[in-house]
Amino acid sequence: MLTETHGVAHVLLGNLTWAALPFVRAWRDPNVSEIIGTGAGAVVILGAIAMFALVTWLGKWRYLWTEWFTSLDHKKIGIMYVVLAGVMLARALVEAVLIRTQQAVAINAPGYVEPGHFAQLFTTHGSIMVFFMAMPFLTGLINYVVPLQIGARDMAFPYMNSVGFWLTAAGAALMMVSLAVGEFSTGGWSGYPPYTELAFSGGVGPDYWIWAISLSSLGSMTVGINVACTIFKMRAPGMNFMRLPLFCWTSLCTSILMIFAMPPLTAVTLLLAGDRYLGMHFFTDDGGGNMMNYVNMFWLFGHPEVYILILPAFGVYSEVISAFSSKELYGYTSLVLATMAIAVLSFTVWLHHFFTMGQGADVNAVFGIATMTIGIPTGVKIYDWIFTMFRGEVRFTPSMLFSIAFLVTFTLGGFTGIILATPPLDYAVHDSLFLVAHFHNMLIPGTLYGMVAGYMFWFPKAFGFRLNERWGRIAVACWVPGFFLAFFPLYLLGLAGMARRTQAVFDPAFRPWLYAALLGALLMISGLVTLFVQLYVSIRDRAANRVPVGDPWDARGLEWSVAAPPPEWNFATIPHVGDRDAFYWRKRNKGAYRAADHYRDIVLPKNSACGVVLGVASGLCCFGLIWHIWWMALLFGLLAVATIIVRPFMRDVTRVIPAVEVEAVDRAWLAQAHAARPVPREEEQSSLNQGLAEGFPELVAKRA
Amino acid sequence: MTPDPVAPALRHAGLNLRHASREEAEQVESDVFGFWVFLMSDAVVFATLFALFGTSLEATAGAPDLRAVVKLGPAFIETMLLLTSSFTFGMASIEFSRVHRLTRRHQRLAVRWLLVTWVLGTAFLGMEVNDFVTMAHNGATADRSFFLSAFTVLVGTHGLHVLTGVIWLPLMLLQLAGLGLDRPLKVNLIRLSLFWHFLDIVWIAIFSVVYLQGALR
Amino acid sequence: MRPGLFRLPLLAGCLVLAGCGALDRGVFSPAGPIAEAIRDEFVLVSLILLFVIGPVLILVPLVAWHYRLSNTRSAYRPQWGFNWPLEGLIWIPPIAIVVVLAVFLWRDTHTLDPYRPLPGAAALEVQAVAMDWKWMFIYPEQGVATVNRLVIPAGRPVHLSLTSATVMQSFLLPRLAGQIYAMAGMRTQLNFAAYAPGRTLGENMQFNGMGFQKEKFAVDAMDAAGFAQWLAATRAEPNRLDAAAYEALSHRSVLPAPLAFGTVEPDLFQHVLDLSQPSGHALDLRHFGPLRNSMPMETATHAH
Repeated sequence: MLTETHGVAHVLLGNLTWAALPFVRAWRDPNVSEIIGTGAGAVVILGAIAMFALVTWLGKWRYLWTEWFTSLDHKKIGIMYVVLAGVMLARALVEAVLIRTQQAVAINAPGYVEPGHFAQLFTTHGSIMVFFMAMPFLTGLINYVVPLQIGARDMAFPYMNSVGFWLTAAGAALMMVSLAVGEFSTGGWSGYPPYTELAFSGGVGPDYWIWAISLSSLGSMTVGINVACTIFKMRAPGMNFMRLPLFCWTSLCTSILMIFAMPPLTAVTLLLAGDRYLGMHFFTDDGGGNMMNYVNMFWLFGHPEVYILILPAFGVYSEVISAFSSKELYGYTSLVLATMAIAVLSFTVWLHHFFTMGQGADVNAVFGIATMTIGIPTGVKIYDWIFTMFRGEVRFTPSMLFSIAFLVTFTLGGFTGIILATPPLDYAVHDSLFLVAHFHNMLIPGTLYGMVAGYMFWFPKAFGFRLNERWGRIAVACWVPGFFLAFFPLYLLGLAGMARRTQAVFDPAFRPWLYAALLGALLMISGLVTLFVQLYVSIRDRAANRVPVGDPWDARGLEWSVAAPPPEWNFATIPHVGDRDAFYWRKRNKGAYRAADHYRDIVLPKNSACGVVLGVASGLCCFGLIWHIWWMALLFGLLAVATIIVRPFMRDVTRVIPAVEVEAVDRAWLAQAHAARPVPREEEQSSLNQGLAEGFPELVAKRA
Repeated sequence: MTPDPVAPALRHAGLNLRHASREEAEQVESDVFGFWVFLMSDAVVFATLFALFGTSLEATAGAPDLRAVVKLGPAFIETMLLLTSSFTFGMASIEFSRVHRLTRRHQRLAVRWLLVTWVLGTAFLGMEVNDFVTMAHNGATADRSFFLSAFTVLVGTHGLHVLTGVIWLPLMLLQLAGLGLDRPLKVNLIRLSLFWHFLDIVWIAIFSVVYLQGALR
Repeated sequence: MRPGLFRLPLLAGCLVLAGCGALDRGVFSPAGPIAEAIRDEFVLVSLILLFVIGPVLILVPLVAWHYRLSNTRSAYRPQWGFNWPLEGLIWIPPIAIVVVLAVFLWRDTHTLDPYRPLPGAAALEVQAVAMDWKWMFIYPEQGVATVNRLVIPAGRPVHLSLTSATVMQSFLLPRLAGQIYAMAGMRTQLNFAAYAPGRTLGENMQFNGMGFQKEKFAVDAMDAAGFAQWLAATRAEPNRLDAAAYEALSHRSVLPAPLAFGTVEPDLFQHVLDLSQPSGHALDLRHFGPLRNSMPMETATHAH
């Protein structure tokens, strides 16, 4: 029963055996590596049980179900995405520390993590960070902020929004389950065949990877369609494209990239599944298969993907730098043009991920030049942000500190990017730690700092109270030097010829650099811990830091013109927009905090369990596919299809908020606004800040 | 509240969407636009499969190649079936779009056109399944070579899409019978029609790139 | 200043000095013309790029600090959002720099194309087969072969043809040349040379399984006499690299020491390329037992 099942058991359980459990494997072969694996599996299982027990004990199931899981409200879904990202970030950072530790100790020594486990570690680390941390994080921010910034009540397709979230959550669940049942792929986050073909990876690992990634990419496709349609079709009257906040521009370009870049990924993972499940020969060594097709298709997705990861962060930086420089963005038009140029060019450079695959010099050179060309609009953006601070009044909030750190660190990463864009130089450092250092140099100071800065910037809007600033600064102090320490040594090691994904090192000269890198990783994970501490302290102190009026930073976009937290319908009446930085000018022109002339009934979507059911069914179907439990895959696959079919038959999918209620809520908030004491920027971090900015106190409307 | 007159955009949307409020008009526009965007992403999937097919032509590994596998006769009939089904769907759409008075007669005609469409689509699928069974008999299965894998997946993915349409259509008719011809159903019908015509266009490409190329080699 | 304050930078400095030995291992310590050209290009590109990143590194702290809220003497122009001359300065120099870099890129990508033969003496032909977790080197003109050791004559170009017996691998000689992938059923090429006799390292950079970290080999450049001596000694080796020996090597394993073969089956490389070697390719590996200490899941037969 340990390694194979027969007869009825085989039909019921597919390839699932006792040996799939890490505890059994550790029992048979106890060593440090297996015990760590067991620990991880135990954390998943015990953690899940603990969560269930806690929610049951607090009696919060109904609350979670009706207020969060079945909600179609973009704000709720956005927050759930960010929470998912936070959980997965914690796991993937622990994996990073394990990787760093192994490389620091395994210098002419075996280390403590076996090659098999090590390979799973770097594969899950990469897969989680890209698909289940960064994508959900940026999707969450976009989901929350974009409708508020364009003056809409929700996304274009609220039901599809819910479906996308639950598909992503199902993929993340598969990643977590792989810790406790079976194993994960060892082929890296890019999953190159023929290594991930059956012949070389015969276990369930690559199947976990295929289905988790497929679920995530399907979810992202729905997000792309949703965000693009929302921005094209649901802008408030008067908000033409050149009045859109930069965050909406970058979200629009990100969504267009998602629409065009996720399909090649879906196709290529399903084709790999065809090879593994149906014996096809797309990428196998034999039967005429050609792995180069996989490489091309994967990076056709993969390069736009990294721009999907960075553009929302660029949008955040535009918002944050403008708000905390107390100034309008410099070069709005240039920033828009640069964003669009980056989006278009991102489809023309995928080959730079495999310069060493033996294409001719002409091909390599063309793609190398195209890659360098993307550096131009990126550089323009950096300068535009610098000149936004110029002649401004810069406030060093944690969001702003992350943004300033980004400006410097990301530029250094861009420098190494141009090095890698030059084919002869890439030949020397491809697949080495130099490459690893470069892309982390883009993703951490670029994407992650942006996401964290955005989280801190919009947190008061979402939850109605400010985050603790001191712990935010401590987080910056951990992350920024931690990043330098963890990754700059890797540049040197890459130039010395050290390969990526390597479980052991045989050159003592690498030792001091690997130690420094480990120290940096520890600093960064401390940074994550401080972020959680910040959250805890802020929740504990929330009464003192409430900002109900909704504009704690004296910022410029429409999202700041509503209460914090906003009412479910966002705007009592849809605003008419006359300008860029709409709310800023409204404040200036005595137009802020006014009651509407006429309140109307508001139609909102009803909650729906369909998204949850679809996500759970998809996850279980994929679990069945992974373990070859065919009845399970069929049953839950049909359930998923049934959900898709049943939903359009539902007619009772909206509810009406009566105008009386809208008016009551609005007037109560306006009363708060008029009773509040406005604060100057110097005092925005004190508990005097109720969310009303001083800016132009005499211009705040006196009449209700 | 007096209903707004039909927004210009909605008169061209293909179905009779009278008496829509501004919000509803915007939502319909959004729904249809969103489906166009989805079709674009689907087109990218097909584009990658066409590209793979193109690189696979020589990778036959001793198994049947394109010439051996392609039969122009059945392919031509399948093309006619699908093209005709697109025509009949168009006729159904015209009946549905009678702006001023959508009588029961128009609705009955529309349903009949849709049923014909469904029959044609099912016939197409039946022929395609038969084609694959014949291929299997001749040993031209997807697990023998890259070329056969690429052929099967390209043609098969299109077939799966048609299957989706063939399931979707009777569900629409079921909704019509049970819930009547209301706005959500009309929007769904617009989306199905877009889907159906899109599949027709993809089939033209398949016929040209796969079948014609195979016959002319 | 407190003396303790010096301890941390001192420690850091020591670490840096101790670790700078690492740069000897790679392209910044070139042992051949290709690596040297790559290093020179690296320096050139870096110097040009300083013009791009320099201003950013200087301006960011300067601007952020000068315009801080508490600095009441700095100008505050909240609606200043555009300036044509500044736009010109922001767009045009980066475009110019990219154009300059593009010219160098085009030229050097062609010069340093791995497929481009080196000028000078006739190249030594070597054929490399990437296996799990070892490299096989066949000398077709000399009729010998080695595993995990590449011996070349110093000062003479080497023309390497590569393929893989298994999965995609990436061949790198950090101090001699750039990388090139090795893929099954396909032949890639690398041209390089070593300046002088000596030993350097070669490795696989593309992860290919549990023995990946150990897939390293020695590259020995020898002078003419040394090379001739080595050749004679190797020809005297009793082992023959035929189908059976190839099959034995195809098993996933890490060799404890390099091997040498005195005779080689003719056209072995071509057979490997044509996938006509029955073992050592995809399907057949399924029948080989798992490596000791590997996870039970990893090479188990896949029950359908």
